[in-house]
Amino acid sequence: MSLLAEVSALDSASSDAAVSEKAAVTESAPVSDSALDTESAKAPLVSLSALTKSFGDLPVLKGIDLEVRPGEVVSIIGRSGSGKSTLLRCINQLEQHDGGAIHVAGKLLDGSEMDAAALAQDVGMVFQSFNLFPHKRVGENVMLAPMLVKGVARDVAEREAREMLAKVGLGEKFDAWPSQLSGGQQQRVAIARALAMHPKVLLCDEITSALDPELVGDVLKVLEQLKREGMTLILVTHEMNFARDVGDRVIFMHQGRVHESGDPATLFANPATEELRQFLGAVL
Amino acid sequence: MIDFTLWDILRNLLLAARWTLALSLIAFIGGSLVGLALTFLRLTRWPGAALFCRLYTELFQGTPLLMQLFLAFFGVAVFGLDVSAWTAAAVALTLFSSAFLHDIWRGCVEAVPKGQWEGARVLGLGYLKTMRHIILPQALRMAIAPTVGFSVQIIKGTALASVIGFVELTKAGTMLNNATLEPFTVFALVALLYFAMCYPLSRLARHLEARLNVTAR
Ligand SMILES: Nc1ncnc2c1ncn2[C@@H]1O[C@H](COP(=O)(O)OP(=O)(O)OP(=O)(O)O)[C@@H](O)[C@H]1O
Ligand SMILES: [Mg+2]
Repeated sequence: MSLLAEVSALDSASSDAAVSEKAAVTESAPVSDSALDTESAKAPLVSLSALTKSFGDLPVLKGIDLEVRPGEVVSIIGRSGSGKSTLLRCINQLEQHDGGAIHVAGKLLDGSEMDAAALAQDVGMVFQSFNLFPHKRVGENVMLAPMLVKGVARDVAEREAREMLAKVGLGEKFDAWPSQLSGGQQQRVAIARALAMHPKVLLCDEITSALDPELVGDVLKVLEQLKREGMTLILVTHEMNFARDVGDRVIFMHQGRVHESGDPATLFANPATEELRQFLGAVL
Repeated sequence: MIDFTLWDILRNLLLAARWTLALSLIAFIGGSLVGLALTFLRLTRWPGAALFCRLYTELFQGTPLLMQLFLAFFGVAVFGLDVSAWTAAAVALTLFSSAFLHDIWRGCVEAVPKGQWEGARVLGLGYLKTMRHIILPQALRMAIAPTVGFSVQIIKGTALASVIGFVELTKAGTMLNNATLEPFTVFALVALLYFAMCYPLSRLARHLEARLNVTAR
């Protein structure tokens, strides 16, 4: 059962939606008994081993090992060009890796004829540039993939899209056009759109970098809420405060490798390597 | 020699303008059909499809329409085929238009940002669903204004059909000029009639461009 079933509404303003959602959860998710949960909690949800990727002659990922457990929030930080985006894009096969192995939810992604539909139900992604579909209303943006990919009936998809939008605090924007929303609102629609597929892990690539500073907080609040609800998140971010306060683990990437990793408090307070010290000096 | 009143001249030109319009319409519709077929052929991603479409486009864009008309009319006669000026003009203008329309539409499909592909892909949509639901609707919106704009080029292009003896507006103009020896009156009227056909279309194209560009909607 998807972790998202347990997600409840974010916005205190839409408490009715929260109530109805909790009701829906108890109906639809009696499966999550503790035995199953602890079983699956042991297995990593995403596991990368010796992952390599080059663009032509340029090696970008030089052997990445990383395991992300269900419910974990992992922040990836590092200089521009260190391969952070490429790493995320390999996990959902927007880029084909050259070597090593990627397992998501126990399944090996072997780079052969990928089934985008199957992968999208395990891995969701939110982009820096939102990538909303401008010719579709907000609600349709959210409903589209469940209907086209999972074959969900329109009325069910619509009900769920309204719930997802309420969760990101945009319950009243169902009929708006993306172009009528602020950047922060558009990004929250993009999150709702990703959540509507009930992915097991959500990848976020600098999703607040294109936003005006005063809009960043709304988006981060949604991520915090998702973490509280047990969502697994892998975030490439420049928001060091967020990585420190909300993240379970920080990965510092440098020249295509995981240069340093650990729990945020330790890592930020006592960087072990000179490279991380310099990086933190530059961004903090 | 018969005396032509201004009305006689205008009446004859208007009659001939019907053929300009008819030829334009045929070229536009035929060109759209062939151009659409080419565009879809290219979207199939079959090996060789893109190359074929590119060569086709370059062939018709890289040679003067006049030469294409000559080839369609006199050229095929070499092979013992007897085509009327009508057929030759319709075929040549259709091929010419299809190359340009295909190029416009291909450009529109490619102008849809890569992020739209990726946004659809990470939601699990495959190539066909992405094309149908995400890319083509946006490309279509972008294509409307330049397509209407190109129809003006087709109308003006039909004037060249006069050289193979097809009696449309320009040919009628030269004939009337020979009969009346009033070149200024005749050709001013000819120009006016072309303008009357083209101006509303270019206005429409500009209007559509402005309207469809305001929001991506
Ligand atoms: N499609 C591509 N083709 C060629 N080179 C690429 C491609 N994508 C990324 N690169 C190169 O790979 C390297 C790593 O890029 P990547 O986008 O993963 O870095 P990043 O850590 O996300 O940086 P930033 O913080 O600027 O987003 C860069 O040198 C980049 O130029
Ligand atoms: Mg990046």
